[in-house]
Amino acid sequence: MDEKFDAIVVGAGPSGNAAAYTLAKAGLKVLQIERGEYPGSKNVQGAILYSKALEEIIPDFRDDAPLERHVIEQQMWVLDDASYVGSTYRSAEFNQEPFNRYTIVRAQFDKWFSKRVQDAGALLVCETTVTNLIMDRDRVIGVQTDREGGSVYADVVILADGVNSLLAKKAGFHAELEPKDVALAVKEIHFLPEETIQSRFNIGEGEGVVIEMAGKITQGMMGTGFLYTNKDSLTIGVGCMLSDFKQQKITPYMLLEQMKAHPAIKPLIDGGEMKEYTAHLIPEGGYKAMPQLYGDGWMIVGDSGMFVNAVHREGSNLAMTTGRYAAETIIDLKEKKLPMTARNLALYQGRLEDSFVMKVLKKYKNMPEIFHKNNQFFTTYPELVNRAAHTMLTVDGVDKKTKEREIRKSFKQRRSLFGLMGDAFKMWRAFE
Amino acid sequence: MIPVKVEEKLFQNRYRVDAGRPHINIIDPGTCQVECKTQECTICCPAGCYTAEGNGQVTLITDGCLECGTCRIICTTYRNVDWEYPRGGYGILFKFG
Repeated sequence: MDEKFDAIVVGAGPSGNAAAYTLAKAGLKVLQIERGEYPGSKNVQGAILYSKALEEIIPDFRDDAPLERHVIEQQMWVLDDASYVGSTYRSAEFNQEPFNRYTIVRAQFDKWFSKRVQDAGALLVCETTVTNLIMDRDRVIGVQTDREGGSVYADVVILADGVNSLLAKKAGFHAELEPKDVALAVKEIHFLPEETIQSRFNIGEGEGVVIEMAGKITQGMMGTGFLYTNKDSLTIGVGCMLSDFKQQKITPYMLLEQMKAHPAIKPLIDGGEMKEYTAHLIPEGGYKAMPQLYGDGWMIVGDSGMFVNAVHREGSNLAMTTGRYAAETIIDLKEKKLPMTARNLALYQGRLEDSFVMKVLKKYKNMPEIFHKNNQFFTTYPELVNRAAHTMLTVDGVDKKTKEREIRKSFKQRRSLFGLMGDAFKMWRAFE
Repeated sequence: MIPVKVEEKLFQNRYRVDAGRPHINIIDPGTCQVECKTQECTICCPAGCYTAEGNGQVTLITDGCLECGTCRIICTTYRNVDWEYPRGGYGILFKFG
């Protein structure tokens, strides 16, 4: 295959699909290479789809995309061993079209997205692993695959190969990931009748609930749990920083099993039939851990570029947006008949800097470090908050004023006044 | 602690195993056995691919691998894991993802 393409896209996840679609739509000759049997077969996500990022690429996606439920209610739980304190936001506004976010099942969704990419004119080759980038001195000129005679060439290669991004590492574009820069998440999908899900979560047809959880379920590690409602299934999972798993020697599936047995969670998934167990790394190192994003003949998009906002659980939207920006940069250069040099591709970085993508990543740049050094946010506070709620809500003849005093004392005992003030400051620093 | 058999979880998954061609290899088994005291791979691999044997050896069977990358990244001290993706079309095939 000595054919030459305008662009090669490695990977058919959200970032790769967004890039390939945008390029093909503009009439460029695009080859997309996917190692899975079909697009989606190697991909894992919670998964929530934020409409906006996809809308900007495929405005009519709602017509035929496989969407599970639109989210009308978001819950946030802070858990102790046997209890939780929670907040709920539910709004009828979320029930008005066009819907803002949906639960999706990635294998189905990615297949759909890929169909759109192919309809736009990109050539997709599946069951093919890209093994190396082909270099001409410092310039990427193509890719080597595990197919016989599998070298293909292009003016530019977009690396949309996911969190592990072996290609960029082999080429020396970025260093090996560190355990503190990735979260390891495990999850299961449990099937239940549609009506059972609807009555259990107090929702109507097509409506969905998202529950995010923090506290004792992560056993002292920095991380969160989640429970999402799909059409006729529930996704339940938990993710924590890999450095914490390593340090505390916790087995991920044991953690998940403990979480599923929590008295507040167990009844929600009761009777479900588990049909798949998955694990995935999430690049949560933030702005400070981001690699170089472009060079002579190459660009990095999506998870491979650490484009995840861990605070707001956003990743696939950033993936799609960065894929689109990379493609638009290439289209601009093509139109001006400019070569795909690092100097010219720097426009991609410019586009990112001007957009919400980099603004949001910069805003939270201190967050990972602060939470890494202060695990009381995931251990002591959830416990204290739950004990406080328990104290206030137990009617036992003790007056409320005394109870308040007891609660204040419990906070001060565990964290000291100085510690509490410091924590408040750190929270402010993390989110400022 | 609740007893969990990871095999029962993995049994629900779909795989196309590339028989005789594991995509992950331990570079120097001696390092795991002699040097590495912590052997986090045997605890943190979400598919339980790594087993700590009684004699200090670590054995690796990649058939149930979920291709997450944990073992590669967690082996920070010795960098003793040779990690590649499976050949195209092989390995885990997520039905739902």
